[in-house]
Amino acid sequence: MSGLAIRAAYVPLVDAAPLIVARELGFAADEGLALDLAQARSWASLRDLLAAGAVDAAHMLAPMAVARAMGLGPALPPVEVLMILSQGGQAVGAAEALAQRVAGLTEPAPLARAIRAAGPARLRVGVPFPFSTHVLLMTRWLGNDIDIRTVPPPLMAQALEAGEIDLFCVGEPWGSVAERQGVGRILLPGRAIWASAAEKVLAVRSGWAESAPDTARALMRAVWRAGRWLDLPANRSMAAEILARPEFLSLPPEVIDRALTGGIGGAGRFVTFHEGAATFPWKSLGGLIAALLARRHGLPEGPAVTAGSAVFRTDLYRLHLREAGADLPGASQKIEGTLSHPTAVASERGTMILGPDRFFDGWIFDPLDG
Amino acid sequence: MTRGIDILVVESDPTRARAVADALSADGGCRVVILADVSSLARRIAEMNPDVVLIDMENPSRDVIEDLSLAAGPKDRAVALFAPGGDTALMRAAIEAGVSAYVAEGVRPEVLRPVIDLAIAQFGQMQRLRTELEATRRALEERKLIDRAKGILMRARGLSEDEAYALLRKTAMDQKKRLAEVAAALVTAAGLLG
Repeated sequence: MSGLAIRAAYVPLVDAAPLIVARELGFAADEGLALDLAQARSWASLRDLLAAGAVDAAHMLAPMAVARAMGLGPALPPVEVLMILSQGGQAVGAAEALAQRVAGLTEPAPLARAIRAAGPARLRVGVPFPFSTHVLLMTRWLGNDIDIRTVPPPLMAQALEAGEIDLFCVGEPWGSVAERQGVGRILLPGRAIWASAAEKVLAVRSGWAESAPDTARALMRAVWRAGRWLDLPANRSMAAEILARPEFLSLPPEVIDRALTGGIGGAGRFVTFHEGAATFPWKSLGGLIAALLARRHGLPEGPAVTAGSAVFRTDLYRLHLREAGADLPGASQKIEGTLSHPTAVASERGTMILGPDRFFDGWIFDPLDG
Repeated sequence: MTRGIDILVVESDPTRARAVADALSADGGCRVVILADVSSLARRIAEMNPDVVLIDMENPSRDVIEDLSLAAGPKDRAVALFAPGGDTALMRAAIEAGVSAYVAEGVRPEVLRPVIDLAIAQFGQMQRLRTELEATRRALEERKLIDRAKGILMRARGLSEDEAYALLRKTAMDQKKRLAEVAAALVTAAGLLG
């Protein structure tokens, strides 16, 4: 198991932590894997690096992988999801003036009504990419009659200041950066809208994991261990220090620390990398994302759900992570959106407790209804 | 000779933008517009309606163009990523050159290809120059740092210049570090000690 090497792409965000920590704290080296990281400045560049084979793995927005499977976006080689890298981590906020008019509200439903009443007739919402959990959260929360605009996260504060957007949904630290600049305010964590909001995934080109099984196994184990390390509260400040370095996010550690140590969104964790079976790529999660994308883009839901579920590789997760100590659920899909509290489920080791997966409006996705 | 393709070059570095524009209009016979400011990028592109958009791989505003390419309907897009059909060899060449290109639906491949090749060559050349410049700058800085470290050792320990250099090099080898790293540590430590 030595002499393995891989190059993986990431976009400089707090939730790139599992890959960065896997490298910097030696989890990859422990697996005999030389993990080389390539920073991409846009999601389009990250996708192209993966498609062209310049990298073999990537920290990708979950809906990007599903969109490709559905035939949305440019016709590039298909990708697959080996595991989920993070849940939550989205900061939902408003431009300063609008935020002031809805101040004091913290529950998603009344907040949505207040924003509707206080904001312009057609709300302009800044998100990082057309295929992102951010878009799915915002349309779920406010409905489809909103004007979704792509704004690169580092430019989100500027877009707020210029009055180009009323609301934003963006990965940290960019919501906090907007707050620090006094141009916007974080109103909700993404998890208030969808408790188990799958955010980033570990993506590879379809077929790659079968062609390089040892490398895939080493990478998955290293990333899984990094996620477990990241979810120990005592480690989060150190994680912020590592991410802050010039070669990674190149920002002050305190800006990053806020997302990692619970400074956003009150009770419950803002972002999760491991707990509550967060990394298991439930087929129903792929299906759910596909269903929401299909609605947004006017495509038939059935085929979309089938395609979306297929690229979430629960089989590879089971194959490569069982020996590492990952507990594995008895099923590979579940009815999404029914859990309000941590819930024990049948699993190989009998230790699996799923985190809440509820939507704010009680919406439920049953993969068998599709 | 291509006949009148409209190209938008999104590039904030004026020298780089000019070099690319000159090459494309002289050799490629294209009409080239340079856009340095990326604010309201989507609206500007919609207004200009170019056949091709060229943008630095490193530019975060690439994702704004992605948005635009979906605006006309995700499966009936006005602008497609170049390398239609997933020509990954061409994509890889572009990635190495540090350029991304978007091409309007319906531009004929035989007209397009020479333009793209030219853009890749031009951006690639700029990329190499940039890398070389960076390497030269770094080497110069390291040289200065090593000279300062030598000076500190010569004063503190009464060594000759050659002896000071030999000591630095031996320390670097023993610690498996680069000479410049050892020199930097010494200069910092000397600064702290006054």
